[in-house]
Amino acid sequence: MEITFNGRPHELTAGTSIQELLDQLRLDCLQVVVEHNHNIIPRQRLAETALNDGDTLEVVHFVGGG
Amino acid sequence: MDELIIAGRSFKSRLMVGTGKFASNEAMVAAMEGSGSKIVTVALRRVDVDNPQDSMLKHIDPERYLLLPNTSGARDAEEAIRLARIARAAGCKPWVKLEVTPDPYYLLPDPIETLKAAEVLVKEGFIVLPYINADPVLAKHLQEAGTATVMPLGAPIGTNKGLRTRDNIAIIIEQATVPVVVDAGLGAPSHVAEAMEMGADAVLVNTALAVARDPGAMGVAFKKGVEAGREAYLAGLGKQQDKAEASSPLTGFLRDKN
Repeated sequence: MEITFNGRPHELTAGTSIQELLDQLRLDCLQVVVEHNHNIIPRQRLAETALNDGDTLEVVHFVGGG
Repeated sequence: MDELIIAGRSFKSRLMVGTGKFASNEAMVAAMEGSGSKIVTVALRRVDVDNPQDSMLKHIDPERYLLLPNTSGARDAEEAIRLARIARAAGCKPWVKLEVTPDPYYLLPDPIETLKAAEVLVKEGFIVLPYINADPVLAKHLQEAGTATVMPLGAPIGTNKGLRTRDNIAIIIEQATVPVVVDAGLGAPSHVAEAMEMGADAVLVNTALAVARDPGAMGVAFKKGVEAGREAYLAGLGKQQDKAEASSPLTGFLRDKN
């Protein structure tokens, strides 16, 4: 199946959870915030939230800014 | 120096520091330490999985600094609100520097969208510090909406031009009931000193430190500028006037014939 990850198409196995995807991408869940279909997903729910075909995922983190 | 109080919280520094544009995390930390700042701003962006980077947050001690996320990149109220909520979900305190800058050339803040976003975020319990043009009427609207400060710009972001909006900032300071933080465009210690002499409560500086050959030393220089300006304001500056006024008596000159 395919989701949109940070604005780009991303292929992954059906039934993958958000936490599993973060692990695959080597992203530390403590350093990022995840928006799933425009809803912020609290960290404790990343493992239980499964991704579906066509979903939109935004994964953001802090960078330098003024 | 007397403490800065925002939303009931006191800070031992009146110099806020941005963390953008530094050549390295080490340079950023040096500037933060040199400046003596207690409030540092950060931005939110998508992670780049192709170029994984060390988290900059590892370099900022949350016991020492209040992390103030901004909503930079937001082009309207909706995007700014979304970024503020994400920052809070990241574990930040509910403080946000509200920035809505639809114009990519001058990065001037959109007053209407900023006010809209401020109204929503205040209701959601955020401590809102809005970045605005130096518009005294807008500043009033924002403080009535419940923002914790107003942050008028001295000049467009990153221009280092100093207090080009001086007269309007003076009106904002005169009328404000919340702290006035002059933000953006302040490129030299003399610029921050000038803002503080006028009675600004605080200033925010980023580019001037980030582009300095020695960001740590420049942080110290800005700290001194802020302190000098604040102390002069509190001590009471003399009024400007057109005619000269001698410092010594105008009698008893050697040429005098009695």
